[in-house]
Amino acid sequence: LAAYRTDEGQPWVLPVVKKVEQMIANDNSLNHEYLPILGLPEFRANASRIALGDDSPAIKENRVGSVQSLGGTGALRIGAEFLRRWYNGNNNTATPVYISAPSWENHNSVFVDAGFKDIRTYHYWDAAKRGLDLQGLLDDMEKAPEFSIFILHACAHNPTGTDPTPDQWKQIAAVMKRRFLFPFFDSAYQGFASGSLDKDAWAVRYFVSEGFELFCAQSFSKNFGLYNERVGNLTVVGKDADNVQRVLSQMEKIVRTTWSNPPSQGARIVATTLSSPQLFAEWKDNVKTMADRVLLMRSELRSRLEALGTPGTWNHITEQIGMFSFTGLNPKQVEYMIKEKHIYLMASGRINMCGLTTKNLDYVAKSIHEAVTKIQ
Amino acid sequence: SSWWSHVEMGPPDPILGVTEAFKRDTNSKKMNLGVGAYRDDNGKPYVLNCVRKAEAMIASKKMDKEYLPIGGLADFTRASAELALGENSEAFKSGRYVTVQGISGTGSLRIGANFLQRFFKSSRDVYLPKPSWGNHTPIFRDAGLQLQAYRYYDPKTCSLDFSGAMDDISKIPEKSIILLHACAHNPTGVDPRQEQWKELAALVKKRNLLVYFDMAYQGFASGDINRDAWAVRHFIEQGINIVLSQSYAKNMGLYGERAGAFTVICSDAEEAKRVESQLKILIRPMYSNPPLNGARIASIILNTPDLRKEWLMEVKGMADRIISMRTQLVSNLKKEGSSHNWQHITDQIGMFCFTGLKPEQVERLTKEFSIYMTKDGRISVAGVTSGNVGYLAHAIHQVTK
Repeated sequence: LAAYRTDEGQPWVLPVVKKVEQMIANDNSLNHEYLPILGLPEFRANASRIALGDDSPAIKENRVGSVQSLGGTGALRIGAEFLRRWYNGNNNTATPVYISAPSWENHNSVFVDAGFKDIRTYHYWDAAKRGLDLQGLLDDMEKAPEFSIFILHACAHNPTGTDPTPDQWKQIAAVMKRRFLFPFFDSAYQGFASGSLDKDAWAVRYFVSEGFELFCAQSFSKNFGLYNERVGNLTVVGKDADNVQRVLSQMEKIVRTTWSNPPSQGARIVATTLSSPQLFAEWKDNVKTMADRVLLMRSELRSRLEALGTPGTWNHITEQIGMFSFTGLNPKQVEYMIKEKHIYLMASGRINMCGLTTKNLDYVAKSIHEAVTKIQ
Repeated sequence: SSWWSHVEMGPPDPILGVTEAFKRDTNSKKMNLGVGAYRDDNGKPYVLNCVRKAEAMIASKKMDKEYLPIGGLADFTRASAELALGENSEAFKSGRYVTVQGISGTGSLRIGANFLQRFFKSSRDVYLPKPSWGNHTPIFRDAGLQLQAYRYYDPKTCSLDFSGAMDDISKIPEKSIILLHACAHNPTGVDPRQEQWKELAALVKKRNLLVYFDMAYQGFASGDINRDAWAVRHFIEQGINIVLSQSYAKNMGLYGERAGAFTVICSDAEEAKRVESQLKILIRPMYSNPPLNGARIASIILNTPDLRKEWLMEVKGMADRIISMRTQLVSNLKKEGSSHNWQHITDQIGMFCFTGLKPEQVERLTKEFSIYMTKDGRISVAGVTSGNVGYLAHAIHQVTK
């Protein structure tokens, strides 16, 4: 599983999280009572505010709803279950759901288990040019049946690390609006990708400003390092407060038969942090620490490969963003890396940048160089 | 226009409505008997000492926050199985079981329901006792199963309709699924006696039914964890391979931490491994892996001898207070001069009590005395204290004399 590692290769509990946990532990007024079905109110409001921005018109117009969920996965599942019941008719399991090729492998299972029968892929990764296949993506959207659901990665696309540029997002949004396609954003890396919360939320906020109704499944696993506390939020943006209220009332019914009410520990940590200006600033700093280390590893890896004269181009290493990188190594080269060099990456050539440290950069660069020059 | 124009407003939660009305009431004597959580004798939530100690241990250890495995914290699931089955259980010792961590009772029930929908091909029908916990029906329905019922509660006697239950169960088609409350039946508080459990076990075995036990109150019902798990253990000893969901919400007061477990008793350890792999495939697209905090607290308590001892005393303390409130309520009703038979209040067990009050009487209790409960006459005994039991008895007498 993908988790952040320090330069010593160790897990990292964010300093602000340690501080807030101590505060919670010392607060004898707190108990373990049930949260409301939709979750801790202070968490929900703050979580959606982080995604949409303090000055979000949707928040000002009171047309945003939130469902505290068990991680990003839980948020995706609640959204998927709701869409299957209430989107494009009632219980319309035939509505096509489009997932990027490739994508996080669990996306498919979430929508299948939610009852959708027609799951398709949309073009995304161009292996030849090692970048976004924008034309293929736009073509798929033009050809998709009206009202199809599209799962979009808000930033730091998993597994390719390749995101559309703002200009490309604008093109995507224009097609989706014209063809009445539903945007379901998966935002698992806000802040963790570029180091800036606002920059990483640009796409979601742009869609909101274009008047879309949308879902955004948020995870606080990576950007808060709260992996095992399962902290997530489903943000619902609707046309008006009344619609959002009815949507939430139905999501409540779905939550009630899935987990009844969500776990309180992680939500308390996030809510406490986000609602205190000082702790919020500390958190942003911690997030930037993680993002910067990954960015540094990217630039260091690229410069070593270029210095070694490794065949091919390596700018994609720094152009890609987030935890993962599609190196471009083919399966045989990957096998070499694993068997001969004991460097573990996926058959797809995906590497977890968090696994890189200043100590192993040289070795990894040399190994990639060997793999590319020895194996074709 | 909106995608959601046709989305209906969901029905208001009946119990939430009770609490909302209670909050608005300004009467200083008001009582909330709808609450499904334990309260101490001052009417306050109770954080167990053993929980606080476990939390202090966790805080001092400075552990990381890495993902749990899909099936949850191993120390927790093993201890959970042992708690339910008993350390001397052959099923436990032989390893012919799989236990996965679930999101408290609801999440564990749902995993089990989804598992049965996918792998129990003999039947789509789940038989619930009449009545059962309100959330059982939508959980099984959302999992894709159908609901049926067997007679259980006799409103005339406010106790178990044993002959009705045996009669209905004897007619359940073979290989159907039957759900049983292991102890402290919710909402009635009516449990079978051990002799009756023996007959039920023999009957379901004869009918070849798949038994799904819901155990949300182990220790919390009688104060004795072994006694409360007697039915579960007896069924397994009779060769019935049950499935079981457990909750630590009430017996450890871990409500909002969502600690629970789902267990499948299998033919052998190899089958258990195959079942486990399929459970993980169900869990991953739901929430990937479970939350750590509650499971870790429960695990530390169960696996640390001193804390386990302390827990057993504290859970007995909670059960004893509930039992004492039942006793005091009945004696106060007698003192008020009530001529009705209130024996069912002390015969029933656990957090809830089906008083036998009718909707009109419940309405009077609320309007005239600011006592809040659900329309079916169910009270949460946890909401009764030595300070208000007299008032409650007085009010009940007023509306029933």
